[in-house]
Amino acid sequence: MKRFIIGAVAALLVLTVGTSSANGALNVITATEDLASIAREVGGDKIKVESLARGYQDPHFVEAKPSFVLKLNHADVLIVIGRDLEIGWLPPLITQSRNAKIQQGADGYLDASLKAKILELPTGQITRAMGDVHPLGNPHYWLDPENGRRIAQEIRDKLSQLDGANAPTYTQREADFERRLTDAEKRWTAQMAPYKGLKVVTYHRSWPNFADAFGLDVIAYIEPKPGIPPTPQHTLDVINAMKAQNVKIIMVEPYFDLKTPNSIASQTGGKVLVMPPSVGGLPSASDYFKLFDTDIGMLIAAIKETGAK
Amino acid sequence: MFRLCHIVRGLFIAALALMWTARPSAAQTPAAAAPSAQQTQAAADLRAELDRLRSEFETVRDSYGARLAALEAKLAALNQPAGPPPPEAAPVAQAPAAGTQVQVPSGAAGAGGPEGQLPVYGNVSALSKIFNPDMAVIGNFIGAAGRNTVAPMPALRLNEAEMSFQAIVDPYARADFFLAASPDGLEIEEGFITFPTLPGGVLLKVGKMKAQFGKVNTMHSHVLPWVDTPLVMTNLLGSDEGLNDSGLSASKLILNPWVFLEATGEVYQGDDSLFKSHKRGNLGYVGRLRGYRDITESTNLDLGTSIAYGHNDVGPDFTTRVYGIDATLRYRPLRRAIYRRFIGRTELMWSRRGQEGGDSDAFGMYASGEYQFAQRWFAGVRYDASERAADAALKDKAGSLLLTYWPSEFSQIRAQYRRTAYAEGHTANEVLFQFLFSIGAHGAHVF
Repeated sequence: MKRFIIGAVAALLVLTVGTSSANGALNVITATEDLASIAREVGGDKIKVESLARGYQDPHFVEAKPSFVLKLNHADVLIVIGRDLEIGWLPPLITQSRNAKIQQGADGYLDASLKAKILELPTGQITRAMGDVHPLGNPHYWLDPENGRRIAQEIRDKLSQLDGANAPTYTQREADFERRLTDAEKRWTAQMAPYKGLKVVTYHRSWPNFADAFGLDVIAYIEPKPGIPPTPQHTLDVINAMKAQNVKIIMVEPYFDLKTPNSIASQTGGKVLVMPPSVGGLPSASDYFKLFDTDIGMLIAAIKETGAK
Repeated sequence: MFRLCHIVRGLFIAALALMWTARPSAAQTPAAAAPSAQQTQAAADLRAELDRLRSEFETVRDSYGARLAALEAKLAALNQPAGPPPPEAAPVAQAPAAGTQVQVPSGAAGAGGPEGQLPVYGNVSALSKIFNPDMAVIGNFIGAAGRNTVAPMPALRLNEAEMSFQAIVDPYARADFFLAASPDGLEIEEGFITFPTLPGGVLLKVGKMKAQFGKVNTMHSHVLPWVDTPLVMTNLLGSDEGLNDSGLSASKLILNPWVFLEATGEVYQGDDSLFKSHKRGNLGYVGRLRGYRDITESTNLDLGTSIAYGHNDVGPDFTTRVYGIDATLRYRPLRRAIYRRFIGRTELMWSRRGQEGGDSDAFGMYASGEYQFAQRWFAGVRYDASERAADAALKDKAGSLLLTYWPSEFSQIRAQYRRTAYAEGHTANEVLFQFLFSIGAHGAHVF
């Protein structure tokens, strides 16, 4: 028995030796590619950025793979979307990371939603009878350029706090990002202006901030309730609503099955758009700017094709 | 004021207790046909004593009532948002409702004690419920049909209600409690504190927990891919609960450029369904080495080897060792993660059990596969074979087919056809079915 204990202690000591070597640049891990893109804009070459989830993956259902533990183990900063989006996979990864810097509440943990404009905050009693509701509001808030700016400011402040020497760089880069984003937003708003009030159907409630920013009116969802797969009755209701209001556009996130959307489209003369809600959702949406370029380009092409209003 | 409430409440309780003790003697008196003179005398003494106590209580109550009134007036004058005057036996939580500060009790002021605002230690605040842990209850209802004379299960049974309480303790630790209520009683399934940020990158857990031995042993019943547990759990790890004991667990990542590698060492009290501690020094030990690697973004391989050692129930000089190897292959395409997945898993275990007349070596294993073919549907298959730890000549075998339906993430309905060939020569054909349902906030599980 003594041998066993001594052996175990010796083994642990040996293991302690092989720790990772530090490197100049701040190591930033983000939950999603949207945050990675914004962090890259702010941090430039002063930081290394990597996202855990891919843009074409449902961010609610990411697997808590041990390989993510390794990434979190050498992270200096962890940036999360928050609002319980990652509740199903991130907390055990943080616990297992053995990294004091990024534990919830530590300096290296940044919840990007704290200053963002959050929609669909539930009022009154909520229950699971409403499906997979988010009690802290809709977590898909990054799809509004205004929130892009607010996220960038949060990231600037966090990076400056942890890496004071490069604070001027972060401030300058963030200001530059805001300027470019505001210019781009003017362009996007102008592109969408003729279609203000456009009625659309979406699969999941991923688009309230996007709809708010660009004047869309989401009249129905293909999911009867968040996280609940389509039912025949609800699908029929959606078809009827689309016919009644002459809705032609169905926006579907890349991680949902297209069977129901396609059947709805064939019965209503509508068009299914597989639109990326995140950076990396499609190869063309390779950064935060191109995400909006892609989405707005797809929407306008579909409007012209279907004559939707 | 806080202390005052306590005193008033204490007196009230004391008075109640006295009334209660007084009542039976009063009730006895008419019941007794002819009370002796001695008894009557005793009753009279008691009554006198009671009267004396009552008057004393009234005096104290009056004096405290007066002080209470004075204190309230003082508080009102201070324009403090004080709660309503506490009735007798007021609930304790009421006192510090105004925030995290409490007034120094009036008696203490000027007596050399602290003056002004006192901090409230712990969580005593009207807002304290925001610090409540995440709570959930998971019901596990199991039904069985068919014939099994060796290990029969009840036809219908709420097998377990698992209650979980999970929260961050302080900046250094988090705590997880899992209580399992079953027809056999309430049991602490797990209850441990985790220190995730110790120097040297060690993750330390202290408490009662499922030992990191293989895969099935670490799983709660509601995350198992089957209704039952494989035969090897009962045959070689003592019961379907497996190794679950009080102790310490330390694990560390072995960082290298190629794979995820994690080493775990655990020390236990040495008293669970497999091990028996005959004296304090008879501890149980578990060690595990786990490797993991992403093969592609959708496919990954998880390999582990484990060892468990402890004394067994034969006697203080007899020990049991179990060695295990486990492998899990997972496939889950990222773009269709909610519709498709495959998990293949197997565990092999070797047990060496010391007993009278020499060691008994037994081997057991299972292999299983689950395939998700629609958003809510899973099909599964499992093969089991295991010798029994105490007598390796007895070997049980089983095969199972499974179908699982998920109405949502929070409930699950499962059916399992199981054919078991027991070593005794009996073959059991059974259909098991299960309803699992979860309410509340249940933390995510470790991969």
